[in-house]
Amino acid sequence: MTSLLQAVAFDSWILHVLVWGPMAAMLHVLLEDEERSGHIAFGWTLALFVVSLGLWWSFTVGDPGFQMASSVPWIEAWGVHYALGIDGISLFMVLLSCFTAPITILGSFRYITRRRKSFYALMLLLQTGIIGVFTAMDLMLFYVFFELTLVPMYFIVGVWGGKRRIYAAVKFFLYTAVGSLLMLVGILYLYAATAGAGDGSFAYLDILGASLSMREQLWLFAAFALAFSIKVPLFPFHTWLPDAHVEAPTPGSVVLAAILLKMGTYGFLRFLLPFFPAASQHPSVVTVMLVLGTAGIVYAAWVAAVQPDAKKLVAYTSVAHMGFVVIGIFALTLNGIQGGLVVMISHGISTGALFLILGMLYERRHTRLTGEFGGLARVAPMLALALVITALASIGLPGTSGFVGEFLALLGTFETHPVTAVIATSGVIFAAYYMLPMVQRVLFNELDREENRSMPDLSRREIFILSPMVALMIVIGVAPTPILERMEPSVEAILERVHTTPPAEEPADS
Amino acid sequence: MTLDFSTPAHYLLALLPEIVLSVWGTVVLLAGVWKGGATSAPRAGSGNLAVLAMVGVLAAAFANGWLYGLTPGQGSTMIAVDRFHLFANWIFLLAAMLALAISPAYVRRQRLQEGEFHALVLFATVGMMLMGGTRDLIVIFLALEVMSISAYVLSGFNRRDPKSAESGLKYFLLGAFSTGFLLYGIALVYGATGSTNLGLIALAIGSGAAVAGLLHVGIALLAIGFAFKVSAIPFHMWTPDVYEGAPSPVTAFMSASVKAAAFIAFARVFLVGFGGIPESWYAIGWWLAALTMVIANVIALAQTNVKRLLAYSSIAHAGYLLVAIVALNQNATAGLLFYLLVYTAMNIGAFAVILCVSGHGEERLGLHRYAGLGARHPALAVCLTIFLLSLAGFPGTGGFMGKIFILQGAAEAGLWTLSVVFVLTTVVSYYYYLRIAWYMWMREAAESDEPDPVTVPLTMRFAMGAAVAVVIGLGVFPGGGVEFARAGAEGLLTAGALLLGAAP
Repeated sequence: MTSLLQAVAFDSWILHVLVWGPMAAMLHVLLEDEERSGHIAFGWTLALFVVSLGLWWSFTVGDPGFQMASSVPWIEAWGVHYALGIDGISLFMVLLSCFTAPITILGSFRYITRRRKSFYALMLLLQTGIIGVFTAMDLMLFYVFFELTLVPMYFIVGVWGGKRRIYAAVKFFLYTAVGSLLMLVGILYLYAATAGAGDGSFAYLDILGASLSMREQLWLFAAFALAFSIKVPLFPFHTWLPDAHVEAPTPGSVVLAAILLKMGTYGFLRFLLPFFPAASQHPSVVTVMLVLGTAGIVYAAWVAAVQPDAKKLVAYTSVAHMGFVVIGIFALTLNGIQGGLVVMISHGISTGALFLILGMLYERRHTRLTGEFGGLARVAPMLALALVITALASIGLPGTSGFVGEFLALLGTFETHPVTAVIATSGVIFAAYYMLPMVQRVLFNELDREENRSMPDLSRREIFILSPMVALMIVIGVAPTPILERMEPSVEAILERVHTTPPAEEPADS
Repeated sequence: MTLDFSTPAHYLLALLPEIVLSVWGTVVLLAGVWKGGATSAPRAGSGNLAVLAMVGVLAAAFANGWLYGLTPGQGSTMIAVDRFHLFANWIFLLAAMLALAISPAYVRRQRLQEGEFHALVLFATVGMMLMGGTRDLIVIFLALEVMSISAYVLSGFNRRDPKSAESGLKYFLLGAFSTGFLLYGIALVYGATGSTNLGLIALAIGSGAAVAGLLHVGIALLAIGFAFKVSAIPFHMWTPDVYEGAPSPVTAFMSASVKAAAFIAFARVFLVGFGGIPESWYAIGWWLAALTMVIANVIALAQTNVKRLLAYSSIAHAGYLLVAIVALNQNATAGLLFYLLVYTAMNIGAFAVILCVSGHGEERLGLHRYAGLGARHPALAVCLTIFLLSLAGFPGTGGFMGKIFILQGAAEAGLWTLSVVFVLTTVVSYYYYLRIAWYMWMREAAESDEPDPVTVPLTMRFAMGAAVAVVIGLGVFPGGGVEFARAGAEGLLTAGALLLGAAP
């Protein structure tokens, strides 16, 4: 495999293809007629996914730096580069995004019935933004992609969403924009900081070299952390998420939960820790982030437990899961960060699958209230099986992907912050407390509603959508080592930087 | 070839674009008379005068491009043949081109005098170009009057429409009022420094020969005069009414290039003339910028009339541009030029779509008229969405790059508070720009409003296409534009420095 990839110079073109392929697909969709748009989009994203699998082999295990990197000047006058590259952290985000895309599009075939062409065009544009965010190695390029994901999502929620779709779309948009624009000011500050004697640069590696005093680091940390915390979303910045999830169409929810939220925690790892090492381990900062992460875990679990609307319940579980990621990251231990990364992957798969299953139920019954179902296990056994496995993976049952991630994250947190770890662990118990009754109300109980008796089981298309997701949950749960060994060097490099880089001296005049 | 201004011919060459456009404006005027008055029935050939005027703009553009090949020598204290002037000319010529392209259908519908209308657009453009191209306060004043008087007439041009008449009168009264400030400021600065030439003024200030009290009052009055012209808050009162009442093509033209011209002159006077004593006007500029950004964006949230909404949006943009002036460095000045270029394209583009949607008598301006536009006229709605995203400053559009450019300048100058106000008010602006977008795409048209058949004439398509090309082009590959704008800013700032050294 490796030699084949080398023969086609895979490393030199793969990232560009993954970024711009979806945009080419978008143009293709726009040129074709409405009827075929879904199939075209599916074909393109599936092909891109298959190609992206090559990353698994061409990625050099043990190398902590950026691989397949390339850089050409984009706006020379400003020191902006079109620079792409991946390391052990972004590799999995890229793979996850490429994996989710065809599944999401296939899952939308029955849900999206009007303006399909525009819908698929926007989904593909979104995909370009997503891959761009995870591969950009230039801050301005990153920012452009980061914002680029907003517009398609705004339209996806606003045009194809539920009753309060406009409210949800605007709330989503404005919340995210406040954070990211303040980050933009921070980016410009960093740019000015790299300028020093010569020209400034937005290149990631150049900014790593800028020396910042503690005070500067704390301010910049605040600006960047706000942007990413809103995206994650970290409690108390999470209020846009339930609205957006409930109103978004199924594919929108899937992409939002599986990928877009990860941009926040990815930003923590990619930018916050390496750029502001001193601020990241500042005791107050760490305390605030751990407290907010833990609060999110516990609070979201309680709120989720009383939701009658299954989609809202799953939305809140996202807040809880992302809380685990945040405490794992700010524990600043290898286990913690690796655990956080595995939670990111696992949450992407399991929550994505949950939203897809809820969407399938909605297509059948046009409701998402758990009280409206009951006893579905008897009429739709395949669906029941998928829901049970997914729910268990989401809770973090041993043998599923959720367990690996949450266990490692908690273990890593325990090493440095035992109390936080103990409180956060209660979240795992709460997870069972909200998830299992939901499963029970939907799948078991009495089959007491007439409409539910004739509910069809999963179609072949739906099985085709869910089976790879379910399989991955179990594979990662049983054999996480290949994933862990790929991310470990990069994570270690970040940790080493955090622990060994002192802040620059305060300038005398301030 | 070097322009050393040894013979009068060199002066003519230096002003070639302006001269071409003035002559052409007269030609258009005469052609309009030949063709017959407005009372005659519209005929098949209508619109030709607009095309004729556009040819003139193109000729002026060629002349402007040719000037790039000349090396300006010493000798002229009045005409500035620097890159700043030439870049500003591109902005005005682009604005004139787009405005001429979107107006014919409206002029025909409203049975306005074609010749006069298009000629006035050209004359106003000549005024703007002179404003950007002189180093003398008196010439700035004269050029401003040439521009303003044309603009007053244009905004009241549809005199059968009471709103347009009101707009013209209001604009005239307040414009004259503000010109008074400007003129008084010029007089005081002259009194304080003994010159109306910006280079000599800077020299007098630099050598400490200026009378401080008079000078400061003069600077403040000039700042107020320019603040009126660029419609900065609290001198913005006329703007919403005038923009709402004026015929849409005129509003498009005014809100883009009249504002641009005022900013260009503002920048030259303050950066070259008063660049040596920034402390005397820094606070004024800072507060004008901050107030303008905050108040305009907040008021715009409440607007339901699209033209009024864009009027407040244009005030808000004046606030962003003021940040560039306050920053007082080369990057910010280049940002100002770049932003004005993009702003011209996106603003006129947005007005072009409004003009198409607004119907024969411009009665369809409510936001609710835009409900379902995405389904009825997807191409128009896509264009408007692009322009709105650019006005909001979204990545991928020129508006974003312009904002980054100005913010870079502000960062360089250490204006962090102003930068934060800048980005937070930008978030506020997202709301009202997106509101138009959500009406277009996310709402269905109400049954009762039977939509007018929207027609998009050929020249209008050309204008929209060109505007989209500029907005997207500068958004994706801003490199060339950035270099160009930097050369312009360098031209302004080093020309100022040169004069300081060379003047007697």
